[in-house]
Amino acid sequence: MLLFYLKGLFRDRSRSLMPVIVVAIGVTLVVLMQCWITGVLGDMIVFNARFATGHVKVMSRAYNDNISQKPNDLAMIGTDELMESLKQEYPDMEWVERIQFGGLVDSPDVNGETKAQGPGGGMAVDLLSENSNEVERLNLESSLVRGNLPKTPFEVILSEQFAEKLEVVPGDNITLISSTMYGAMSITNFMVSGTIKFGAAMLDRGGMIADISGIRQALDMQDATGEILGYLPSGEYDDFEAAFIASTFNEKYSDTQDEFSPVMLSLREQNTMTMYLDMIDYFKSIIIGIFLVAMSIVLWNSGLLGGLRRYGEMGLRIAIGEEKNHIYRSLITESVFIGIAGSLVGTLFGLLLASLLTKGIDITSMAQNSTMMMQSVMKAKITTDAYYIGFIPGLIATVLGTALAGIGIYKRKTAQLFKELQA
Amino acid sequence: MHNKMKNGTIITIQNLIKRFPIGGGEFTALNGINLSFEKGEFSGIVGPSGSGKTTMLNIMGSLDTPTEGETEVLGTTSSEMTPRSAAFLRKKHIGFIFQTYNLMPVYTVFENVEFPLLLLKMPSSERRKAVLEALEWVGLTDKIKSRPPQLSGGESQRVAIARAMVKKPDLVLADEPTANLDAKNSHHILQTMEKLNKDLKTTFIFATHDDKVIKYLNRIISLEDGKVVSDESIKK
Ligand SMILES: Nc1ncnc2c1ncn2[C@@H]1O[C@H](COP(=O)(O)OP(=O)(O)O)[C@@H](O)[C@H]1O
Ligand SMILES: [Mg+2]
Repeated sequence: MLLFYLKGLFRDRSRSLMPVIVVAIGVTLVVLMQCWITGVLGDMIVFNARFATGHVKVMSRAYNDNISQKPNDLAMIGTDELMESLKQEYPDMEWVERIQFGGLVDSPDVNGETKAQGPGGGMAVDLLSENSNEVERLNLESSLVRGNLPKTPFEVILSEQFAEKLEVVPGDNITLISSTMYGAMSITNFMVSGTIKFGAAMLDRGGMIADISGIRQALDMQDATGEILGYLPSGEYDDFEAAFIASTFNEKYSDTQDEFSPVMLSLREQNTMTMYLDMIDYFKSIIIGIFLVAMSIVLWNSGLLGGLRRYGEMGLRIAIGEEKNHIYRSLITESVFIGIAGSLVGTLFGLLLASLLTKGIDITSMAQNSTMMMQSVMKAKITTDAYYIGFIPGLIATVLGTALAGIGIYKRKTAQLFKELQA
Repeated sequence: MHNKMKNGTIITIQNLIKRFPIGGGEFTALNGINLSFEKGEFSGIVGPSGSGKTTMLNIMGSLDTPTEGETEVLGTTSSEMTPRSAAFLRKKHIGFIFQTYNLMPVYTVFENVEFPLLLLKMPSSERRKAVLEALEWVGLTDKIKSRPPQLSGGESQRVAIARAMVKKPDLVLADEPTANLDAKNSHHILQTMEKLNKDLKTTFIFATHDDKVIKYLNRIISLEDGKVVSDESIKK
């Protein structure tokens, strides 16, 4: 019997091909968007982990409370010791120190008079130690526009845009006017070793990167650091693992009564990252929801049209002695097959398109004024979700659309349905 | 079951009234019908368009129910009929033939005839035999793989007869079966049905106003405005 229905379904193109195409198109878009969002937000997370949050981050409690001000007066002291114990307790993880700093940057002319100046914000990282991976982690080498990476503690890299604003070229000097950890004024000269493109509009406006040892001297932060970032051995963020590490660390080292005691936060727990992570899930459900509703409506309507065309067949089947609920069930069964076929085709196409987009599209020009920390290249990413996610709206929509369309047939009086046979 | 039913009576209709709601009021399509049919009849309900023929056939075929009065068809009375028992009755015991053939266009001739047997869950080897036999009755064994759109009107109606007959029903209800056919094809299908009526003792009841059909009938029930105005048997 089932075979008989499927034969009919397959032969009647308007009943099979059309809905399959509708479902396939919808599912393709769902899969593609899923891969796209996972890719873009996933990249955002990777980017943030590298630049700002680590997979976990250790700060003083007070520093964390005022994180938006990058308050180096609240930095952790005695960090050599803390780094040692972190390395001992989590030997597989990688731990790095970072200092966020800011101030007025001044570029002098030949006479030492101010030529140009502007506010700058930077990040001090370990560029000079032999075993440091920071250069690769931050992708500094390949982001260089002009010049070189710093070779001594008192060299900095400026964003290309900032260098243009300050009218400096690699080899020129700049002066960083800031305050030390203890509140005194700090005026330090640095040589611009090169310029860089961050690929994030916010950083490209006034960003710089310096070696941490130079900044320590400039800001009087010997044996102190603002942030210690930890990276998981796999290199990939794992929310569960990070949260576990953070909670065990905090249990041991963190004292809620002491605002200078260290506290460790996982990537998710840090400022906006919760939002990004949740956004992935959120967008997924929205996309699925939208397509579910849209496809259901389309299929409902095409089901109604198809149903109108099939009143003759329904009436006949009733006359021959098939029960109405049997007919209704056969319609639903047909729709399940259509849903599966459409979802399969759509998923295949979606994955195909997504795999073409894994290379990415450069949106730098579009993100010029954005203040979001975004990579300028947006790529799709195919995760296991992508293989099944399209089936959710694909299947539900066909069954729902058919169920709704079928109610019309079901509700009709037998005699009435039969009347259409004689029309 | 009615005990007063004669042996061999397959349909009794008592004081049947059928009204349809129209607009605010009602329209009486059948108005006090009393009839009975014996097994093996080749009868026709004859009357002008709108006289209530189709309505009668639908009620006899358990596709519709009386407003008042009672019918008993093959042992099932209208008052105790459920949608399920009605479906069962049609599935097992009643075949329909329509003016417009109503073949399913996506299925082959073979499959169209096979469908009623699938509903009866007949095993496939038996099914095949029965379908071929039915197509033989109507002379269409060379068309089993054709699809309805490729058939002429006469051939289509013969497929419909095979579909109605394939389960060897007790009763075949044929509503204006010749209305879309020319004289030659009309005679052909009427001869086919007449032969099946003789060979298999299947009861045929027609609704018609076609003189060609009337010539074949051995009982003519004339209907006018929902009332039986004459009922005559013809000795042949
Ligand atoms: N479902 C219905 N609703 C309203 N009126 C109907 C319905 N079915 C039939 N009728 C009316 O009942 C009368 C008899 O119809 P029908 O049995 O189809 O006549 P016939 O088959 O003899 O031409 C007609 O006037 C028709 O309009
Ligand atoms: Mg009629």
